[in-house]
Amino acid sequence: MSKPEFVYTTYIETSAEKLWQALTDGDFTERYWFGHRVASDWKVGSEYRFAKQGNTTIAGKVLISDPFTRLAYTWDPCSPEAKRERTSRVTFDLEPRGKAVKLTVTHDNLDEGGKTLRDISGGWPMVIASLKSFLETGRELPGEVMVKPSCDA
Amino acid sequence: MPSMNIADFKPTTVYAIYIAATPEKVWQALTTAEFSKRYFFGNAVEIELKVGGAYIVRQADGSVHISGEVLECDPPRRLTVTFNVNWPALIEKLGPTLVTWEIEPGGDAIRLTMTEAHDRPLDDDVLSGGRSGWPAILSSLKSLLETGEPLAIKMEPPKRMLEALKKLGIATPQPAPE
Repeated sequence: MSKPEFVYTTYIETSAEKLWQALTDGDFTERYWFGHRVASDWKVGSEYRFAKQGNTTIAGKVLISDPFTRLAYTWDPCSPEAKRERTSRVTFDLEPRGKAVKLTVTHDNLDEGGKTLRDISGGWPMVIASLKSFLETGRELPGEVMVKPSCDA
Repeated sequence: MPSMNIADFKPTTVYAIYIAATPEKVWQALTTAEFSKRYFFGNAVEIELKVGGAYIVRQADGSVHISGEVLECDPPRRLTVTFNVNWPALIEKLGPTLVTWEIEPGGDAIRLTMTEAHDRPLDDDVLSGGRSGWPAILSSLKSLLETGEPLAIKMEPPKRMLEALKKLGIATPQPAPE
């Protein structure tokens, strides 16, 4: 992993299968990811994109897709400022631990002191907390936390 | 204990988690044995809620696992304690550990930020215990407050930490037989 990297770990009472679905199914992400709907066929090399109300907010390519274990994609935010930075990478590792799953999100290939590092350091704890609430209680966390300019403008 | 200056301590581990609960409920979970026993691997927190008060964490068998002192106490917003694990020679070799919990309200959910800080540089192996433990403890706290049930996660101290402490001459408990 290349520095700087951002690593966030949480434990969720769910199965690896359900957690994988929550990460890859737009009906799920739209709920807990504050309205951002993901779409992809999740094959290695394929494109994926997150869209909110039809406007693309994050896009990239699938790098690793090992169902229920590991998912990685490039992370291309749509703000002009972030566009000047190198393309970063997100990896999700899912490890069953009894009745829970340990989820580790590693975001690396970031620019030191860059906008993306700043945004994702605040953003991942919110998204992952909302994901955990959604899977454990059926209710996501309230609120808008990822206001991003659209790529489609 | 020698006098301590919080400003001498540098954060080594920061973990933030959002919880759908009131600041008062989260404060109660951090400061009462009734709650802590459920999410903190069976450990009972005993705290005298005033600056200079005692902070104790007892294991299920009643033995004192962590002892410390309250340095900042602003319910239900901010709590700082010394958080010293009672392993022989640990405090002499590593110095005191400071833990701060900050609770920030925000609509229907709060942000809880835990910061572990030390007054000297420590290597990543030594710090790996807190870095692996806090996410499990605070994830379980979130589950307890949102669902009424904690997580059932079994955690052992990381091998790399135990080996690093052994090299420093710090005695650690033997892992329980499987």
